[in-house]
Amino acid sequence: MRYQLIGVNHKSAPLEVRERLAIPESRLPDTCRDLTAYPGIEEGMVISTCNRVEVVTHTTNGSADLRGFLHDHFHLTGEELDAHLYEFREKDAVRHIFRVASSLDSMVVGEAQILGQVKEAYATARAVGAVRGQLDQLFNRAFAVAKRVRTETAVGSSSVSIASVAVELAKKIFGSLHGKNVFLVGAGKMSELAARHLMAHGCGSIFVSNRTYDRAVGLAHKFNGQAIKFDDLYDTCDRADIVITSTGSPKAIFHREHGEQFLARRKNRPMFFIDIAVPRDVSPEMAKLDGIFTYDIDDLQQAVTSHVADRRKEAERAEAIITSEVERFEARLSTLDVVPTIVSLQDHLETIRQAEIDRVRGRLGQMTPEQEIAVEALTRGIINKVMHTPITTLKTAAKEAEATTVIDVVRRLFNLRQNNSAPGKEAASKEGSNNEAGTRQ
Amino acid sequence: MSLLWLRFALGCYFIGLIYAFVALTRTSELFSRVALHAASLGLVFHFVSLVEVFGSGHAVWASVHNSESLLAFLSMSFFMIIYAAYQTTSPGVVVFPIVFFLTFVAAVDQQPVLLTSFVQHKGWLIAHIILIFTGYAALVLSFGASLLYLLQERRLKAKKPSSLISFLPALEVIDQIGYRSLLLGFPFMTLGLITGSIVAMSAYGHVDFLDPKILLSILMWAVYMVMVFTRWNSGWRGRRAAFLATFAFVAALAAWAANYFSTIHRFAAS
Repeated sequence: MRYQLIGVNHKSAPLEVRERLAIPESRLPDTCRDLTAYPGIEEGMVISTCNRVEVVTHTTNGSADLRGFLHDHFHLTGEELDAHLYEFREKDAVRHIFRVASSLDSMVVGEAQILGQVKEAYATARAVGAVRGQLDQLFNRAFAVAKRVRTETAVGSSSVSIASVAVELAKKIFGSLHGKNVFLVGAGKMSELAARHLMAHGCGSIFVSNRTYDRAVGLAHKFNGQAIKFDDLYDTCDRADIVITSTGSPKAIFHREHGEQFLARRKNRPMFFIDIAVPRDVSPEMAKLDGIFTYDIDDLQQAVTSHVADRRKEAERAEAIITSEVERFEARLSTLDVVPTIVSLQDHLETIRQAEIDRVRGRLGQMTPEQEIAVEALTRGIINKVMHTPITTLKTAAKEAEATTVIDVVRRLFNLRQNNSAPGKEAASKEGSNNEAGTRQ
Repeated sequence: MSLLWLRFALGCYFIGLIYAFVALTRTSELFSRVALHAASLGLVFHFVSLVEVFGSGHAVWASVHNSESLLAFLSMSFFMIIYAAYQTTSPGVVVFPIVFFLTFVAAVDQQPVLLTSFVQHKGWLIAHIILIFTGYAALVLSFGASLLYLLQERRLKAKKPSSLISFLPALEVIDQIGYRSLLLGFPFMTLGLITGSIVAMSAYGHVDFLDPKILLSILMWAVYMVMVFTRWNSGWRGRRAAFLATFAFVAALAAWAANYFSTIHRFAAS
């Protein structure tokens, strides 16, 4: 495992620095090619989004000069750049990639976009041949981990903005929002946004009322809705299930008796008031009515905050998943490292066996089928028995730090050629199929 | 044999019972799925048990325990129908304990106590039992729904942010569940009472309106009708509806308890 990573993100570097490092999509393939051409780098790819630039590589000796690459590539001096860079190697690099793909390193933890961006970067680098066996394994695993985090924790599920909290609350009251009507009382950026969210979730028609009628007409036109004169507000309001109110009125405009009227006309079907106005438009007395649900700006804000807290809790669970996945990945990589040795060991002995049988056959002449079978079974049996312990030892050693030593010893004892059949490739294809099985589970 | 199947069913419902308690404090997607599967399995065992009872001669239908078992079965079936329509297991919070209790009582031991005096009107009797029990089951469910409605309403009113991720379905969905089971149950209850009086008429020649059983049944039916009417006419829901539903439920319990002291409608001791 010789993964090496360098990069900047929204936490480590101010926007000005990230801007200078950002690589436009059209130039990504060239950057990947340059990267793999850089000394000491076998494979490499670049993730460039507005919040991060990451250079991920698999190197020949585990210590390539990635800083040097950045300096050269962006024509920047060390002073300008180095303070903002973070660098990870091996296990830490794996962990970082897993975290990025799972959206744990994002500015808004749990946002779904980053996974798509990483996938695109991966596809680009793969297309130009900059990503092969080693990074292939790493990123396939990272995508699987991201999926696992998404399904097993709620990191990606809760929404954060006030408008989406309002939608969520409306859903808690009405279930489906299809065919529900929205009433906008007063105009404002936030109420417009909330209305837009509600419409996006299937709400039916929209009514708009404002003290300045022209403004209401303009807004209604924007939403393809109906403008209502402010004087008619109380007579029409009950037609809406969700009322977003944000007038600049110094006193409440909805009082208890209004609420009672609305409910009577609606046969007590519930109403949801989103009161974004400060001071509030809905009197606390009205909010107490059964069937009237009022959330003011503080309530919404509180819901948002608690979502963030929920997310933090979920993020902790996600981190635990990442930790265990990093260990699994590491263990699997090192197990795979011994596979080529075992294979070549077996090949080696099989060649000896065949040669010996041929030699004996030449001396004994034609054997009967029974004899053939007996000789075959005998030789195979001996080899398997003898090989059993070395192979087990190799497999156990693979899980520990001494793997390379044991592999070396075995290779020297049996005079096995190094890299007899491009072990990297073999390992990669094996890992790939393992990955798929893992994803399907 | 039928008791054995019933006890299997009881075992499955027990998981549902645990779910009901756990669901009040936390949400677990996995557990609600487990509870759902356990309940479905229980329902199958339960069905087998009922088929066996039926196969052994339908006079036994009128025994206390078998009718409790039937009521539990119908309630659970209603729950499943609602699950199919709304994909929510939360009515189980109320339904599971009731079903468990009814099945538990029925599964304790075999009590061949029969409504011996009506044996000559088997057809009407069976119709009466099934109709009225379907009505009861619907009532149980709408009672459950009205309690859940109150709970959800309170959570929404309390504005406790954590309540946003509660296990309860949306307020209007709960309301629909309650209202639909009410509407569905009402004709069954009405027809059940009519067939009941037909059985009584043919057995005694008249209906004794002062008998506690009949009095309470009529009271229950009246409350039921008021519930349907207020809901249909002025959309009563929430606290007022829950109050009525509780009243109807208590009346139904009283009508059931009246079996033990009514002169004309009792499960005669063997």
